[in-house]
Amino acid sequence: MSLLEVKNLTRSFGGLTAVNDVSFSLEEGELISVIGPNGAGKTTLFNLITRFDQVDSGQIIFNGEDITNLGPELLVGRGMARTFQHGRVFGNLSVLDNVLVGAHSRLSAVRPRIPFPLLGALGETLLALLRPKRVQEEEEALRAEAFEILALFNDRLIPRADQPTYSLSYANRRRTEIARALASRPKLLLLDEPTAGMNPTETAEMLELIRLLKNQGITILLIEHKLSLVMQLSDRVIVMDEGHVIAHGLPEDVRHDPRVIEAYLGHSSQTSRPESELEEDLQVRV
Amino acid sequence: MNIFFDQTINGLVIGNIYALMAVGLALIFGTANLINFAHGSVYMAGAYVGWTCVTYFGFPLFLTFLVVMLFCALLGMLIERVGLRPLQNSARIAPLLATIGISFILDQLAQIIFSPQPLALPPLISTKRFSLGATSIGVLDILIASVSLISGALLYVFLRYTRMGWAIRATAQDRDAAQQMGVDVNRVNQVTFAIASALGGLSGMLVAMYFNVLTPTMGFQAGLKGFAAGLIGGLGNVPGAIIGSLLLGLIESYGVALLGSSYRNLFAFVILLVVLVLKPNGIFSKGRQLPPEPMTGTFIASSKPVQIPRSVLIGVSVLAFLLPIISNNYWLSVFTTALLYGILALSLTLVAGTAGLMSIGHAGLLAIGGYTSALLSLRLGLPFALALLLAACVTAILGMLLVMPAFRLRGHYVSIATIGIGEIVSLTILNWESLTGGPVGLMNIPPPSLFGFEFYSNRSLYWLSLVLLLGLALLQWQLVRSHIGRTLRAIREDEVAAQAYGINLNRYKGIAFAASGFIAGIAGVILTHSYTYINNETFNNTISVLALTMVILGGRGNIIGSILGAGLLIVIPELLRDVLGESFIVYRMLLYGLLLVLFVRWRPQGLLGTV
Ligand SMILES: Nc1ncnc2c1ncn2[C@@H]1O[C@H](COP(=O)(O)OP(=O)(O)O)[C@@H](O)[C@H]1O
Ligand SMILES: [Mg+2]
Repeated sequence: MSLLEVKNLTRSFGGLTAVNDVSFSLEEGELISVIGPNGAGKTTLFNLITRFDQVDSGQIIFNGEDITNLGPELLVGRGMARTFQHGRVFGNLSVLDNVLVGAHSRLSAVRPRIPFPLLGALGETLLALLRPKRVQEEEEALRAEAFEILALFNDRLIPRADQPTYSLSYANRRRTEIARALASRPKLLLLDEPTAGMNPTETAEMLELIRLLKNQGITILLIEHKLSLVMQLSDRVIVMDEGHVIAHGLPEDVRHDPRVIEAYLGHSSQTSRPESELEEDLQVRV
Repeated sequence: MNIFFDQTINGLVIGNIYALMAVGLALIFGTANLINFAHGSVYMAGAYVGWTCVTYFGFPLFLTFLVVMLFCALLGMLIERVGLRPLQNSARIAPLLATIGISFILDQLAQIIFSPQPLALPPLISTKRFSLGATSIGVLDILIASVSLISGALLYVFLRYTRMGWAIRATAQDRDAAQQMGVDVNRVNQVTFAIASALGGLSGMLVAMYFNVLTPTMGFQAGLKGFAAGLIGGLGNVPGAIIGSLLLGLIESYGVALLGSSYRNLFAFVILLVVLVLKPNGIFSKGRQLPPEPMTGTFIASSKPVQIPRSVLIGVSVLAFLLPIISNNYWLSVFTTALLYGILALSLTLVAGTAGLMSIGHAGLLAIGGYTSALLSLRLGLPFALALLLAACVTAILGMLLVMPAFRLRGHYVSIATIGIGEIVSLTILNWESLTGGPVGLMNIPPPSLFGFEFYSNRSLYWLSLVLLLGLALLQWQLVRSHIGRTLRAIREDEVAAQAYGINLNRYKGIAFAASGFIAGIAGVILTHSYTYINNETFNNTISVLALTMVILGGRGNIIGSILGAGLLIVIPELLRDVLGESFIVYRMLLYGLLLVLFVRWRPQGLLGTV
C-alpha cells in the first residue's frame, strides 16, 4: 500500500489553474522530487496535501485514510510534517523551543485524551500548572530528543539552541525548520526548497542530511530547484509545469525528457533566475 | 405607521452623519491600511471647535463649518505625522496602538479645556418642520442631508478627476505599485488624513447639533460605530461605507423605537461583531476571506528580555510586605491600587503579550468579575472567599465564550472585536437593570473578608492584594514556562506554522482567555469589594487602554514587566501630584496617552523586553 496517494488533484485561483489534475503515489521509504519552473504549482500542491488549501476536486489518501477534508492541524499527529518555502520559524522562540513545538502532537502525559474539549483544556492547564512527575519526565525526554535532532546538523544549531531564531542566519533558520519537522517523528516529510538561498557547502551538507533521513526510513516529498541534488537523491522525479505533471519517472529518464528541457528553457526568460544557475542545475555532477 | 416613517427619516439622517465618519475611516483604511482609532477623537474635536466658534465667537453656521473642517484637517495631518509616518516600518500593530494613544490624549485635552461635563449648543437654526404626508422633516434634517450629499459629491469629484485623487485611488489599490509609479505615499496619506478628518469633524459638529449635547468622550463609541458602518459595506470601500452607514442608521432608529434609546449603541456593536466574524469583507462580499494580512512577520518586537536575578525579586517582595510599617494610609491605598492594577496587567499580558491577541476590552472582564461576586454576596449572601472563587471562574468562562467568535480573527481585527465585546458587556450591564441595577449600580457591597476577618483597613487590603498578586504571578509564570506558554508564543509568532505542528488554535486561545479572565476576574472582585460600589461606568474603556499601556510599558508577555508597568503608571502620577500640586491630577490620563505613543515609537519592546 502506498503511503500517500494523490488522485486527480485540481485547484484554481480565479482563472488560473495552479494544480491541474495531478495524480501520483508515494511508496513507503521512497523519495520523490517535484521539480518545475517557478509558478508551476509545486507549493500549491504541497498546500493541498498538507490541507492548508482546499482542493477543488480530487482526493488525497494518506496511510490508507482519506484526508481530503481534514484540517491542517490534524495531519502531524498522523505522521505528516512539512517545511515552508519562505521559512516560517517562530522568530521570538529559541531554537530549542521551535523544535519542541514540533513535538507538540506527541505530548501525551500533559494532554489527557478527554472527549470534551472544555474539560480537556482544563485538565491540560491543571497538569501544566501542577507538573506531576510524568509530565516533567515527558518534557525532559522531549528536550533530550530535541538535542539529538539538533545534533544532526553538526554544530550548526547546538551552540545556538537558546538563541531566538530571528537572530540566526537564513540557512540556520531553514535548518531549524527541518529540525522542528523532525521532532514530530514524521512518516512523511514534505520539504519545500530546503536549500533555497544556501551556498554550495551548505547545500552539500543539506544533501547529506536528506540522504541520512531517507536512510532512516522517512518517506520524503521534496521540492527542489538544484537539479544536481535532485538527481542524486530521488527515487523518482515529478516534473510540473503550469499546473500539469509533464513528466514522471526515474531521474535519468526525466533529465533527458525533451518536454522537461523545453519547460525549463522555455520559461527561463520569464524567471529571474540567471542562465548560469539554470545550466548548473541541468548539469548533473555525480 | 407614522412612527415608522419618522424613524425612517431619523435613521437616514443619522446614517448620513455616520457616513461622514465612515467614509473618512474607509479612505484611511484604503491608503494607509490602518484602522485609525483617533478618528473618533477628531469627530469629538470637531464638535468642540464648532461649539467654541458658535458660543465664543458667535460665528454664523457656514463659517463655523469651515473652521471646524479646517481645524480637523490640520489635526488629521498631525495625527498622520505622529501616529503613522514614523511607524511605517514597525510591526503593523504599532500605528494602531499609536492612534489609540493619540485618541486618549485628545479626549483628555478636551476634558481639561472644556471640563468633563456635557455641553449644549444654543439653537442655531430654525426648528420649523415641514409636513411630508405621514411624517415631517425638520430644517436640521435637511441641512444634515445636504451637507453630507454635498461633501460626498465633492469627494467623488476630487477622487475621480484630480491628480491627487488619482494618486489616492492608486495607493489604495496597490501601495507598492503606486510608489513605483512615483506616487509620494506619505503625501497621499497626509491628504487622505486631512480630508477624512475634515469630514469626521464635520460629522461631530452635526451630531452635536442633532442631539444638542457634547461630551469629551463622545468620540470613542462614535469612532467604533463609524468603523462598524464601514465594515458592513466592506472595509476601505467608500460607496460601501455610505450604504453601511445608512443601513446602520436605519437599524438603530427602528431598534431604538422598539426597545428604548439606551439600546442605541448596542445594535452597532452587535452588528460590528457579527459582521466581523461572519462576513469580514462586508455583507456584499461572497467569501469569508479576510483582507490580506502579512503572511509572515510578527506583531511582536524582537528583543531580548531583561533578566532579573531571583534574589532581587525575593528582596523586593519582602520589602513590599514590610512597606505598611513605614507607609502612611494615603500611600498605602495608592500602592494597593497599583497591586490590583498589577493583577489586571498580568491578566492582559497573557493574551496581548504571550498569545499576541491585542485585547482592548479587558475592563469588561473586571466588570464581569465585580458584578458576579457583588451579586453573589448581596443576593445569595455567599461568603467572600466563595464569591471570589466563583466570580473568577464565571469571568474565565464568560471571557472565553464572549471572545471565542473572534478567535478566527487576527491582528487589528482582534483589537476591534475585543473593543466591541467590551462595549457590549458594558451596555448589557447598563440595560439589564433587574440584575445589575443599571446606571444606579449596586451599593453596600461587603468588604473582602476571610474566615470572619474583614479586610477593611488599608493595611489588610494592601496585604491581601500583595498576596494575590504574587500568587497569581507565580501561577502565571508556571503556566508560561510550560508547554502552554510555548504553544501560545508559537501561535503569536505564526498561526500557520503552529497549525502545521498540530496546534489547535482555538483550544489554546481559549485557554489563554480563560486564564486571563480568571486573573482579571479576581482583580475586578477585589476592586469592587474595596469600593463597596459598582456601576456600569466603574470599569470603562479608559481602564482597558490604561491596562494596555501598562503591558506595553513593561514589555509584552513579560510578567514582571506588567507588574512594573502597573506600578509605574499608578505611582508616578501620585508622585507628580505631590511635587506639582493637586491640579496635576487632571493631566494624569494625558501622561498615559503620551507614554503609549512614545513607547510604541521609541521602545516597542517595553522596559523589560518582550518575552
Ligand atoms: N493563494 C493564491 N491566490 C492566487 N494565486 C495563487 C495563490 N497561490 C498560488 N497562486 C498562483 O498559483 C501558481 C502556482 O504557484 P506556486 O504553487 O507557488 O508555484 P511554485 O511553488 O511551483 O513556484 C502561481 O501562478 C501563483 O501565482
Ligand atoms: Mg514554490
